[in-house]
Amino acid sequence: MARIFAYIAHKGGIADDAAAELVAAARNIDPAASPVAVVTGWGAELDAVCETLRGSYAEVWKIANQALAYPNAELVRKALLNVLPHDDIVLVSHSHFGIDLSPGLAIRMNSAFVSDVSGIDGIDGTYLKLVRQEFGGQVSAHMRCDASAGAVLNLRPGAFKPQEGAAINGVIVDKSAGVGALTVGRRYLETVVAEAGDVDITKHAVLVSVGRGIQEKDNIAIAEELAETLGAAVSCSRPVVDAKWLPKSRQVGSSGKTVKPKIYMACGISGSFQHLAGLKGSPFIVAINKNPKAPIFQVADVGIVADILEFLPELTSKVREMKQVSV
Amino acid sequence: MEILVCVRRVPDTSENEIQLNAAGNDIERDDLVYSINEPDNYAVEEALQITAKVGGNVTVVTVGSDDDEEVLRREMAMGASRGVLLSDEAFDGSDGRGIANILKAYVHNGHFDLILTGVQAEDGGAQVGGMLAALLDYPFASLVNSISVLDGGKLKVSREIEGGNKEMNEIDLPCVLSIQTGINEPRYVGMRGIRQVASLEVPTFSASNLGLDASAVGDAGAKVKRTDYFVPALGKGAEMLEGDQEEIIAKLIELMKAKGGLN
Amino acid sequence: MVEGIQSPAQVTYWLMSGRTLFPLLNLLGLACFFYIAARRILPLTRGERDWRFDQPFVRLERVLQFWLGQWKHPRYRTAGTMHILFFAGFLILATQAFSLLILGVSPNFVLPGSSGGVGHIYDIVKDYAATIVFLCMIVAAIRRIVFNPARYEVPARYGKGHPVDAIFLLALIALLMASESLFEASGAAFQAQQGQPAEFLAVLSLPWMLKGVLVATSLSTLQTLHFGAYLVDVLTFYFLLCYRPFGIQFHVETSLFNVYFAKLDRGTVKPVRWGVSDEHLDQVKSFGVKAFEDFTWKHMLDFYSCADCGRCSDECPANAVGRPLSPRFLTIKARDYSFQHYPMFGRAGNGTKLIGGIYSEDEIWSCTTCGACEEECPLLIQYIDKIVDLRRGMIDDGNVPQSLQKPLKALESRGNPYGKMEKKRAEWAKAKDFSQTCTVKTADAKSNADTLYFVDSITSYDDRMQSIGRATARILDAVGVNFGILGAAEKDSGHEARRFGEEMLFMALRDHNVDAIKASGVQRIVTADPHAYNALKHDYKDLPPVEHISQVICREVKSGNLKLDPVENADNVYAYHDPCYLGRHNQVYDDPRDVLDAIPGLKRVEMGRCRDRSFCCGGGGLMLFYEPKEDQRMGVKRVQMAAEAGANVIVTACPFCMANIEDAIKVAGMEGKMTAIDLAELVDQQLVRPAPAELEHDKLRSEVFA
Repeated sequence: MARIFAYIAHKGGIADDAAAELVAAARNIDPAASPVAVVTGWGAELDAVCETLRGSYAEVWKIANQALAYPNAELVRKALLNVLPHDDIVLVSHSHFGIDLSPGLAIRMNSAFVSDVSGIDGIDGTYLKLVRQEFGGQVSAHMRCDASAGAVLNLRPGAFKPQEGAAINGVIVDKSAGVGALTVGRRYLETVVAEAGDVDITKHAVLVSVGRGIQEKDNIAIAEELAETLGAAVSCSRPVVDAKWLPKSRQVGSSGKTVKPKIYMACGISGSFQHLAGLKGSPFIVAINKNPKAPIFQVADVGIVADILEFLPELTSKVREMKQVSV
Repeated sequence: MEILVCVRRVPDTSENEIQLNAAGNDIERDDLVYSINEPDNYAVEEALQITAKVGGNVTVVTVGSDDDEEVLRREMAMGASRGVLLSDEAFDGSDGRGIANILKAYVHNGHFDLILTGVQAEDGGAQVGGMLAALLDYPFASLVNSISVLDGGKLKVSREIEGGNKEMNEIDLPCVLSIQTGINEPRYVGMRGIRQVASLEVPTFSASNLGLDASAVGDAGAKVKRTDYFVPALGKGAEMLEGDQEEIIAKLIELMKAKGGLN
Repeated sequence: MVEGIQSPAQVTYWLMSGRTLFPLLNLLGLACFFYIAARRILPLTRGERDWRFDQPFVRLERVLQFWLGQWKHPRYRTAGTMHILFFAGFLILATQAFSLLILGVSPNFVLPGSSGGVGHIYDIVKDYAATIVFLCMIVAAIRRIVFNPARYEVPARYGKGHPVDAIFLLALIALLMASESLFEASGAAFQAQQGQPAEFLAVLSLPWMLKGVLVATSLSTLQTLHFGAYLVDVLTFYFLLCYRPFGIQFHVETSLFNVYFAKLDRGTVKPVRWGVSDEHLDQVKSFGVKAFEDFTWKHMLDFYSCADCGRCSDECPANAVGRPLSPRFLTIKARDYSFQHYPMFGRAGNGTKLIGGIYSEDEIWSCTTCGACEEECPLLIQYIDKIVDLRRGMIDDGNVPQSLQKPLKALESRGNPYGKMEKKRAEWAKAKDFSQTCTVKTADAKSNADTLYFVDSITSYDDRMQSIGRATARILDAVGVNFGILGAAEKDSGHEARRFGEEMLFMALRDHNVDAIKASGVQRIVTADPHAYNALKHDYKDLPPVEHISQVICREVKSGNLKLDPVENADNVYAYHDPCYLGRHNQVYDDPRDVLDAIPGLKRVEMGRCRDRSFCCGGGGLMLFYEPKEDQRMGVKRVQMAAEAGANVIVTACPFCMANIEDAIKVAGMEGKMTAIDLAELVDQQLVRPAPAELEHDKLRSEVFA
């Protein structure tokens, strides 16, 4: 049985949430698996991350190099190629970084590559049995991956629930020496932080979030009214930002903001994984959508099949009434 | 600048309802409307805007069959100078690596300064761009949402990362970039444009034209294969509120109060 | 011998005798004018062709009605009345002007036939004419300076107004009248003093009054005044003649031609290029208007003919809600462009792009094609054709807002702008409660349906509008029409695709529908969608006759075949909103009203802007996808108009009006105070249906007596 490596990203000395998910995924391949965490970086931050990871990984490979202080996927790939064995299974989170790193890594390792894996049904000899979603999540596909020469898998964030388990006492192995020459044709310059915008949706306990179902820019006023009545803020999914109806600062999702509200009202949002990836901390999700088959109803706590353009104003006026009475 | 854009024809999710077929092993393809993969369209528009500024040509290429020609023609109607079809029975069943190998063979056929792909396809895996770069040994950047041409054979590109932030990079040419939607506003291609390119030639390259070994591509060379499509058994899902609108609202308000969302 | 007053021809002006000076002035003046006219005609020779030489009798009739009869002018009462007065004045004075000019060359010139009775009558009439014109100029100037009506305002983004120029021209015309009158008055006063038989001057006319003033003036002064006035008159005349082509007064020369060559067919849009059939359109290198020279010569003539009166923009709903469109400035900017690029001297310019230059994209996409501007313009200037041509140009260049690209693409791939599947187009007819009482069959080669109900996209796919489809079907059933629908074989009528400039997409949709309609073998077509109605009637060719459901209902009500129950709530006050494509474009105003009035107990009021002055709800088809920059929605204004008229129910006869109005009621916060209902829905509600027992009885009867 091939070894399983899990590449863990980190920021500011804190390991990515995926760390626990990748362990769970590894166990889906082989329940007895004991994956090796692989981290790249530099300095005290890297050390802090390694320290955290050895609480859930038996072995943590630390690759420290000043050139890797910022995770430039081109450089990380080179480093990993020199440090990791090429015939094993490498798990990476399907994030902005994973999308950048993994396809090229798989080619260089002459391994198979499967992207955005949302389920693992185990391994059959050297064939991995995987599940992917396609067409915006409308259907799933069973995949068979020949891992005989190794495999790199990008795993969908949030698809593999971390398992409860006692903390372990793993070892940190310093693999920095094996990095090799780190020169590449792409150089990191800087990170431009998104404009703050007028409203910081990450600070609100209740969010009224709108998606394509709001239909036109002018209708957003309906959500604004409800938000005002609830003391909430209006956030949205990507299509609303693409259509320029709301600024980017209001977007919840993998390419937008990550939010941790108490209550999340998903109005006219279909529930794509990229959007849901921005929801952390198990909020109480209320989904209102015209389409009873919308994927959001799978993850919501409460579902209402209704036209938001009619439902929201009604809700607003009822909440207003209720507040007047209680005052 | 000579730019190659790798495009793909996919079922249009916004105009189709994707359902399983009767046999339950593939999607129902009878009533499907196909169009160019949306991020690929943004990539072609970006390529056209770059060549409008610095000169050069845009070539669009796809791996597929005659059906896929329509997408090449649509991009030619948009302004691409050339459309190329890479087609051969041997290509059927290729996985991402196979497609990347086929494209690589075509790239060696010509001389391109910049290669663009869309970030991912509806039924794809956000992989071909990165793989192609690795096969060609070109630098790569994914999720690109802005490109500026610098002097000295370099580009400044920004990548979309979490929180809406942008990661600025400098990248050497030749390179491969995968393009994210929203990078620009693609121009409209109308029926007239399509008709005007209807009679233009779209050269087709087969495996032998490209000097490809069948074992590296197609089903034979695929390490990743889709065995079937299915709709997963739905989990518990949400508690659906029933009743007329007034009742539903009342219940909802109760629930929200309980969760501390209404004070 | 007592000398008569000397004629200007005989007098020496400084260095030159009149007999030399005036022929010279005439020659110079005319030469100048013809040169200017030639330069003005130059761009027209470079413009696209336009077929306007057909149906001469119809055109002449319209000249009589709109040019001579000033038909549209009274729509704005004050300005209109004044214009009718001084227009009549000008016509009357034309002969006088001519003979006056000749007088400077041939002193005793008398127009043939002008002596004798007719001549005398004319002399009197012309005096009054000059007076009226003079007075009108004063009143107009005062109105301009003191009252300045809002529609003359020039918002900053359109440039500067020319109020000084306007007053200047009014003053010049007044000067012309004054100098003419002075010329006459001085001559008559001279003769009166000499005891000679004076020319009879009309009592209380300007010349008469001036003569009264001059009655005691010395003869030499009178003589000076006489030929001084003449010189001023000639100079003013030629100055005006040569100055008019530089501004809005050019319409004096061009109006006759503009009205003669005006568009005859209502409701449809000009072809991409006259003379190029659909099959050969592929050979046309560039579609639409991108540069000024892409306009047809007639459109360029339109630009010259604009009197800058602002009536079009006053009525324009886009302008009223703050969209960047003002029809008046569409014309004036183009006119100014042509003046700038085709100057009197120097190179005639060519081909800079209009979009991004004098026009902005949003300006051109903002138009709902409601036709209020065209309905109002006294000079019959057309706007819709120009806007469509400009849109064709933008489509050709790929310059289309992202919000419109999606529905256009959906129209291409799915035959409806929503991207919904073709096979679901007839789902509305399968709604459970509905299909039990009313079966809607498919009209194809196998069915025996003689009537086609053309449903079109919004009624087929939109949850709310489907009820209009069901109501229409039930009505047709109730009056015994043997109808069917095309179902999945129906594609969008393409009405808006065409008006948004996608001509080839329109043609593809049209050809598909025509084939399907012909294959069905129906002999007439009914629709509840005025946009489809307009398309089938005017954009499509060789189809069976088309009617709107309101026309069918009206006929059936009048013949007694359709009976309507009294209104349930007698307190409701109904206002009928004329849809642009049923009312203004197709002039169906009375049928829907007659239907409403046939409902017993229904209280109906008229909104201030009704019938051909109806205010567009916001537009239909692709306009529902476009995101305009505006201060307010058109629908909201319309709903407010209904409330002002005292209504609490708006009746529409168009699904797009319904969509916009219902939306507006919510946005305006008038829910509970205002509702909207479609005419077909209302009639369906009020239909007297035989009780089930009666139905059975009828059935038995027909079986027994078959």
